[in-house]
Amino acid sequence: MADLRSTFAGIASPNPFWLASAPPTDKAYNIARAFKAGWGGVVWKTLGEDPPIVNTSSRYGAVSYNGVRMAAFSNIELITDRPLQINLDEIKQIKRDWPNRAVVVSLMVPCTEESWKAILARVEETGCDGVELNFGCPHGMSERNMGAAVGQVPDYVEMVTRWCKQHTRMPVIVKLTPNVTDILAPAAAAQRGGADGVSLINTVQSITGVDLDLMAPEPVVDGRGTHGGLCGPAIKPIALRMVADIARAMPGLPVSGIGGIAVWRDAAEFIALGASNVQVCTAAMHHGFKIVEDMIDGLANWMDSKDYQTIDQVRGRAVPNYVHWSDLNLNYQIVARIDQNLCIKCGLCHIGCEDTSHQAIAALRVDGERRYEVIDAECVGCNLCMLACPVDGCITMVRQDTGAAVVTWADHPNNPLGKERAA
Amino acid sequence: MTDIGDITAARLGAEQLAVNFADAHPPLLPAQAVVEANRCYFCHDAPCIEACPTGIDIPSFIRKIATGNLRGSAQTILDANILGGSCARVCPTEELCERACVHTAQESKPIQIGALQRHATDWLMDLGIAPFDRAAPTGRRIAVVGAGPAGLACAHGLARHGHDVTIFEARTKPGGLTEYGIAAYKVADDFAQREVGFILSIGGVTIEHGKALGRDITLDALRRDFDAVFMGLGQTGVKALGLAGEDMAGVRDAIDFIAELRQTPKDRVAVGRRVVVIGGGNTAIDAATQARRLGAEDVTIVYRRGPEQMTATDDEQAWAQTNNVRIRHWAAPTRLLGGQTVTGVEFARTKMDAAGRLTLTEETFMLPADMVLKAIGQSFEPIDGLPALRDGRIEVNADRLTSLPGVFAGGDCVAGADLTVAAVQDGKLAAAAIHRLLCG
Ligand SMILES: Cc1cc2nc3c(=O)[nH]c(=O)nc-3n(C[C@H](O)[C@H](O)[C@H](O)COP(=O)(O)OP(=O)(O)OC[C@H]3O[C@@H](n4cnc5c(N)ncnc54)[C@H](O)[C@@H]3O)c2cc1C
Ligand SMILES: Cc1cc2nc3c(=O)[nH]c(=O)nc-3n(C[C@H](O)[C@H](O)[C@H](O)COP(=O)(O)O)c2cc1C
Ligand code: SF4
Repeated sequence: MADLRSTFAGIASPNPFWLASAPPTDKAYNIARAFKAGWGGVVWKTLGEDPPIVNTSSRYGAVSYNGVRMAAFSNIELITDRPLQINLDEIKQIKRDWPNRAVVVSLMVPCTEESWKAILARVEETGCDGVELNFGCPHGMSERNMGAAVGQVPDYVEMVTRWCKQHTRMPVIVKLTPNVTDILAPAAAAQRGGADGVSLINTVQSITGVDLDLMAPEPVVDGRGTHGGLCGPAIKPIALRMVADIARAMPGLPVSGIGGIAVWRDAAEFIALGASNVQVCTAAMHHGFKIVEDMIDGLANWMDSKDYQTIDQVRGRAVPNYVHWSDLNLNYQIVARIDQNLCIKCGLCHIGCEDTSHQAIAALRVDGERRYEVIDAECVGCNLCMLACPVDGCITMVRQDTGAAVVTWADHPNNPLGKERAA
Repeated sequence: MTDIGDITAARLGAEQLAVNFADAHPPLLPAQAVVEANRCYFCHDAPCIEACPTGIDIPSFIRKIATGNLRGSAQTILDANILGGSCARVCPTEELCERACVHTAQESKPIQIGALQRHATDWLMDLGIAPFDRAAPTGRRIAVVGAGPAGLACAHGLARHGHDVTIFEARTKPGGLTEYGIAAYKVADDFAQREVGFILSIGGVTIEHGKALGRDITLDALRRDFDAVFMGLGQTGVKALGLAGEDMAGVRDAIDFIAELRQTPKDRVAVGRRVVVIGGGNTAIDAATQARRLGAEDVTIVYRRGPEQMTATDDEQAWAQTNNVRIRHWAAPTRLLGGQTVTGVEFARTKMDAAGRLTLTEETFMLPADMVLKAIGQSFEPIDGLPALRDGRIEVNADRLTSLPGVFAGGDCVAGADLTVAAVQDGKLAAAAIHRLLCG
């Protein structure tokens, strides 16, 4: 059986599945249940200074897409709404009761050295394994110059990280907001500040929908709404890309992957793109803590089937193949192949290609029967038909042997800069 | 039985027989399984789990199918029910897990739990993966009597704990009624024997065939030579009609007919042209339907009460009717007609009297028959020296312990639902209790 033990930012846990800082990690009660269910670690719901913030009633919204509930989830919640000391007491107790699980505490206080210094001393006293700086919350807190307001300014990220490293011996993790143009800037700032690792992504600024009777964005609070933070399956692609960017540019910086992770395969993908572990929120809120059982079991079974013994053997394995567009082989050629035995004659391959792509699938009638056939000479190998086809394996993309050598943009005849170089 | 009256084998060609006795409900295709698995809500405290006599964690195994973790899925099933493969095929799911499914309440279309269970367990068995390891040998020896579902489940549970098990089985093949009784099209392609091989692959279990308790061995000797004993004897007795002429040629126990059919190439199984089946349980349904599928032209089940009182489930009744079996209610046999060979059965119409008792009326009718199959129930046949009985079967407590110390029993030979899945649960519970007894 594969060994799932993982280490992130110097913090060990029996498996790489942590609960992200959010309602599932709000208090000892939930966390004890989570550990019982098998979660490897938690990041405690973000703590702040007293008096605690106040939350709205009506907090969450969701996008249900084609019958799938909570394909995306959103919230307008703030950090913990419980007094600091109660949280600290519970953290201490939880760490005592569950010594082999990772307990990291998320923090967000005003942007002054004194505030950070004061809270770090009290948190360290709990015996927890590390802190995560919440520079990500995209609503409510950023208006108070905390959360994303810090995370969007690399200089602030570096400054606060440095303060924290100065005032605690605990590992310091910086949680990044995706609401920036270039994720590498805050990541590099965190690294300069001395962060032991970064975790990403926090939620994506969004409006999930509009109530057309109330004429207000959702979730509606007494007739009005505000933008919230999007999470859940829909944001996974955004998160994967940001994790991969950091893994490629800063190979030495440990990364905790967050965003839309619901099943073991999602976790494997994040780890392949460089994450040391993963954090989960929405999937647990949708289905409860028990989902971790399949995550553990599924990841181990998959690793066994591929002969990977440890998480480290998987970590970053896909990173070398994550390249810039200009490093792709422009002579690679594929064309669509339709398996006529599997085809159910829905015609979606044809109409997509005909109306919106390259008119490369002919719609025929053979003895009155519908038949769709690829016109090889027209097919550019875009994958659209394969993606639209409702039958797994019916349309496959087959490599054409053009005999042409690998050519990237740098050497391509159409590249004006290439010509200049040659001249 | 050779040709007597209009009873003959090979009424249909070999090809048609092969079709008729192939898998009645073919497996889900992988794409179907994923779509179906994704319908599951992954309910908390799921009602389906409670409705499964072996308590399989159904939402978990279904989620694992959805996530592509088939190995984990099969493991979840088999951990609770080592005969999960045959249960996926034979369980009356419409009465058990699928009836409890929340989709049944929401839209009358439950998740196809049985079909999904088969999907996962078939995957594992086809790849020959052994899901469980045997614990280090304990040196303890347990005797199991009967290699049916109860005995096999108990033996496997004990083997997992590292105990050595010897199964004593009267018949020449293991599997119990999965091999000799269940309808052929439910467990097609020699599934019963494949499953036994899969279960025994854990090691530490040997079967001695042709050894019957009460004939070749005694319970006293087993108690002396082994650390504990489990009995999964099933029910070997069959009830008689109590009419003159039951020994006429053409009159048979449905159970015998099915056992012959299960063990014989189908083109060599003789069946009447007109068949009358007497009874109202699943055995009656199975006998009638398989008689039809062997090529009998006209098959009628006659039951003395109404459709609601039949122990055959609604789905089973519908299945028989789909197979062109006629079901007649409210009639009881009063006379077997014929001489050497049966030619028909006389029935009296029945009704409930004012006191709610079933009574015969004066009104009678006759059904011509070349073959009459009796399916009015099985019974447990006691053997000398058995522990205490209750209502004609072995009495057990919640651990499946009998009145004798160290002697356990389960399956059809104890009270409870006479279903494969219930037998498995008995065997599983007994194995756990025996392990606690021997190893504290
Ligand atoms: C026709 C028919 C159809 C059925 N269809 C279904 C169905 O579709 N679904 C379902 O869930 N259930 C069905 N059942 C019920 C199911 O088969 C039984 O509940 C189940 O097999 C009981 O398991 P068991 O181990 O207790 O007994 P059995 O399966 O009867 O096994 C008992 C074993 O013990 C052996 N044995 C008996 N006496 C002795 C002895 N003295 N010494 C040594 N060995 C002995 C027997 O040879 C046999 O191998 C059906 C039953 C019948 C008769
Ligand atoms: C209701 C809710 C509250 C959240 N609160 C916090 C928080 O206090 N601190 C924080 O760092 N992230 C918070 N998050 C963000 C999550 O930790 C996580 O980064 C995000 O939900 C993406 O992961 P997911 O797709 O698995 O949900 C919250 C998310 C949700 C849904
Ligand atoms: S989940 Fe439902 S019941 Fe629980 S607090 Fe939210 S709205 Fe109330």
